[in-house]
Amino acid sequence: MLSFVSRRLATGVGLIATLAVLTFFFLQFGVSDVAQRIAGQQAGPDAVAVVEERIGVDRPVQVQFADWAGSALTGDLGRSWFSGQEVTEAVMSRMAVTVSLAVGSVVLTALLGITLGALAATRRGWSDRGVQFLAVLGQAIPGFLMAMALVLVFAINLDWFPATGYTRPSESVPGWLLSITLPVVALTIGSIGGVAQQVRGSMIDAFERDYVRTLRSRGLPRRSVVLQHVLRNAAGPALTVLGLQFVILLGGAVIVETLFSIPGLGPLALTSTSQGDIPVVMGIVIVTGVVVVLVNTLVDVVQAWVNPKVRLS
Amino acid sequence: MTTTRSSATRAGARKGRPGLLRRLLRHPLGGVSMVVLAVVVLVGALGPFIAPFDPTETSLQTIFAEPGGDHLLGGDSAGRDILSRLLVATAFSLAGGLLVMAIAVAVGVSAGLVAGYYGGVIDATGAWFTALTMSLPSIIVLIAARSVMGPSMWWTMAIFGLFISPVYYRVVYTSVRAVRNELYVDAARTSGLGDVRIIGRHVLLAVRAPVILLMAGVIAAGIGMQAGFDFLGLGDPTTPTWGQMLNEGFYNINRSSNLVLWPALALGITTVALTLLGTALRDELEGTTDKRHSAAQPWVLEEDVPAVMDHGDEPAGEALLTVRDLAVAYPAGTGYATVVKGGRLSVRRGETHGLIGESGSGKTQTAFSILGLLPKGGKVMAGSIVFDGEELVGRTDAQLNALRGSRIAYVPQEPMSNLDPSFTVGHQLTEPLVKVLGMKKAEARERALSLLARVGIPEPQRAFDSYPHQLSGGMAQRVLIAGAVASHPDLLIADEPTTALDVTVQAEVLDLLRDIQEELGMAVLIVTHNFGVVADICDRVTVMQKGVMVETGATRAVFESPRHEYTRALFAAIPQGAPRAPLPGVSSAGSLGAGALR
Repeated sequence: MLSFVSRRLATGVGLIATLAVLTFFFLQFGVSDVAQRIAGQQAGPDAVAVVEERIGVDRPVQVQFADWAGSALTGDLGRSWFSGQEVTEAVMSRMAVTVSLAVGSVVLTALLGITLGALAATRRGWSDRGVQFLAVLGQAIPGFLMAMALVLVFAINLDWFPATGYTRPSESVPGWLLSITLPVVALTIGSIGGVAQQVRGSMIDAFERDYVRTLRSRGLPRRSVVLQHVLRNAAGPALTVLGLQFVILLGGAVIVETLFSIPGLGPLALTSTSQGDIPVVMGIVIVTGVVVVLVNTLVDVVQAWVNPKVRLS
Repeated sequence: MTTTRSSATRAGARKGRPGLLRRLLRHPLGGVSMVVLAVVVLVGALGPFIAPFDPTETSLQTIFAEPGGDHLLGGDSAGRDILSRLLVATAFSLAGGLLVMAIAVAVGVSAGLVAGYYGGVIDATGAWFTALTMSLPSIIVLIAARSVMGPSMWWTMAIFGLFISPVYYRVVYTSVRAVRNELYVDAARTSGLGDVRIIGRHVLLAVRAPVILLMAGVIAAGIGMQAGFDFLGLGDPTTPTWGQMLNEGFYNINRSSNLVLWPALALGITTVALTLLGTALRDELEGTTDKRHSAAQPWVLEEDVPAVMDHGDEPAGEALLTVRDLAVAYPAGTGYATVVKGGRLSVRRGETHGLIGESGSGKTQTAFSILGLLPKGGKVMAGSIVFDGEELVGRTDAQLNALRGSRIAYVPQEPMSNLDPSFTVGHQLTEPLVKVLGMKKAEARERALSLLARVGIPEPQRAFDSYPHQLSGGMAQRVLIAGAVASHPDLLIADEPTTALDVTVQAEVLDLLRDIQEELGMAVLIVTHNFGVVADICDRVTVMQKGVMVETGATRAVFESPRHEYTRALFAAIPQGAPRAPLPGVSSAGSLGAGALR
């Protein structure tokens, strides 16, 4: 089990390294006039040269990368070229907000998706069609469109929730809950469908398995076979989908945050890329990569716990 | 190049599967969504030419103009004509979605073909790239790419296409891997066809369906992503899109709700239609339509069933189970396929009764009917099953549950697939003891361990703690027998209990069944295609042919003077001088030619 986890983590580290190299060199194509922009349009060549030296873009690219990678390994992702803020700190504090949105929606998605999927698989008929219809609708409507609709109805027309803005949980927990309800719901609606469909499909598969018949032949009622055996065996594929959904939700959060003016990764990503603030962009890419790798490893671990074949090999 | 390829694939598919288009149109979701999409595409194609104004032309006079007059849908915050913008945005939004699809298909399919066919470095690179794209939300990549490429919609969509190409890569890769080892591809290779021609002729054919299947979804994803991206204000203002219009409308919602309405409708309707089309495509290509079967014709038994040839040449015992004129049918086409058609089967208390026939003769279906556990769709249409004086046909599942596992037990054919892979053997043995027989946990555990010892498992505790995949087939079958006899049933139904096992293990399992049968005095109905098994342990035998029980009697009588021509044919099919039981001292299983009728 331990070697299993460490193997997964090693692959993850390799991925993040590749990601870092690719992103860094790719971003070099866009930095030609960054120093000029930092120094201001009126600044002369001398002033620009000073800025170039300060942020280090006067050195060869490979030296810049080695320098960046060296300090990144110690947890220091450098400083923003524009605001001078520490990147590690800026990205981490915003990542916390984004991840809390994503985790909230994953939990909600799991609860509702599994319940609806199980309902559709066991009841079939109308509830099945209803769930499938909801699933298609949720998948089809882009998340931000859903978010817009929610804002228009629940925030602007009904005034139940704040339309925009974010209250930190440290300031007021009810306020925080109110401020993240609409974003989380908007994100969740889109992802329930996929999970419900998956759970439905793998449960219907599991129903036709030989061992279900054998368990039923022992006199176990259908209900208890479904709740224990069918659901347990459908859990593996559902987990995989939930893991994939997390990455999608993380991406969705970027857009939804901008819409709700929530100070997460999204707005930071927007400003830093439009400015060409390479240290911040790199920081966002790397920290996101790390979060995804950790979540995927966690999914694999839970997967192994659910499936003894994986656990014991 | 990329667009030619995708349209060629699509055209090829239409030609190869005549009627797909027609079937799609007839599909309730497919028809509607295709009509909607046709309208959207038409608007997109004509939009730039019929737009009354330049969509980027601003005018102070028409800022937030009311709908009507020259400006049919009004003006936006910069006084641009909303109708014109909507028309042109439709073209750009569709083009963006198509570009995403074209790139994803071109890159994903060709890489998948090459990697799947040749393997090696490309295979490894593909896997690596796939993992890479999964480790980062695509919007982050697109935002980062924008800082390099600028706000060009085309670049953004091309990169997104590349980013989701693994969707195609994986599907194609898997299909090619599967096809590559097929015999017909081998045959093509040995007959001297070049790789390119093999890929073109055989492999492309196999991946066609999944590639078409994903198209609608990928276009929808592309359109959705582009709208989201432009909604963030990252788009190129010279190429108006639905996303830009939504952004503009949303932030001016207090001034005019008119601005949001049209692009939201256009975007929502298009993506919903594309997704529904994808669902319809899946239904039609994979045949997964979940339509409720509505048989046009009522079920009727089409043929006369001859009376069973009963040897009846021994003192009649008390019947524990009597099956009479049983008919089992499955929905098929507009009517039914009847798999069991009648005859009579009578199992006496304490006897071992063989039900023998070729595969497909309906013997397993008969066994499942008695248990009330027919596979999905199967139904007992007529006849009666009387167990210990009680009629079982027409009983509810709950009523049957009272018999199952306590008075009627079941040993399946394939041991491995009949144990739940996610639970330990011990859990699967004790669960029914606790829930059905009402034992205490510790008591059930004791019972399970002693049962495991009884069925000849050398280390019961170890087997108890094992997961099914850690057991051999023979051990797993012993576990299943232990589970079946745990409640001391009156009737044990064993469905080909030895077929999936090694020959040496077969004999041991038969011995075990016979011993337990004698010990508990239960009746055993053993379903088999092997006369060796019948000769070995059965007191009486019933022969089944094409769903009908044709002959029944004491094993000896049937063996000595088979009356039905089918029974005689079965005997004639046993090879003379077939190998006898493999091990001296082991029972005579297979002495009449184990598996001779297989």
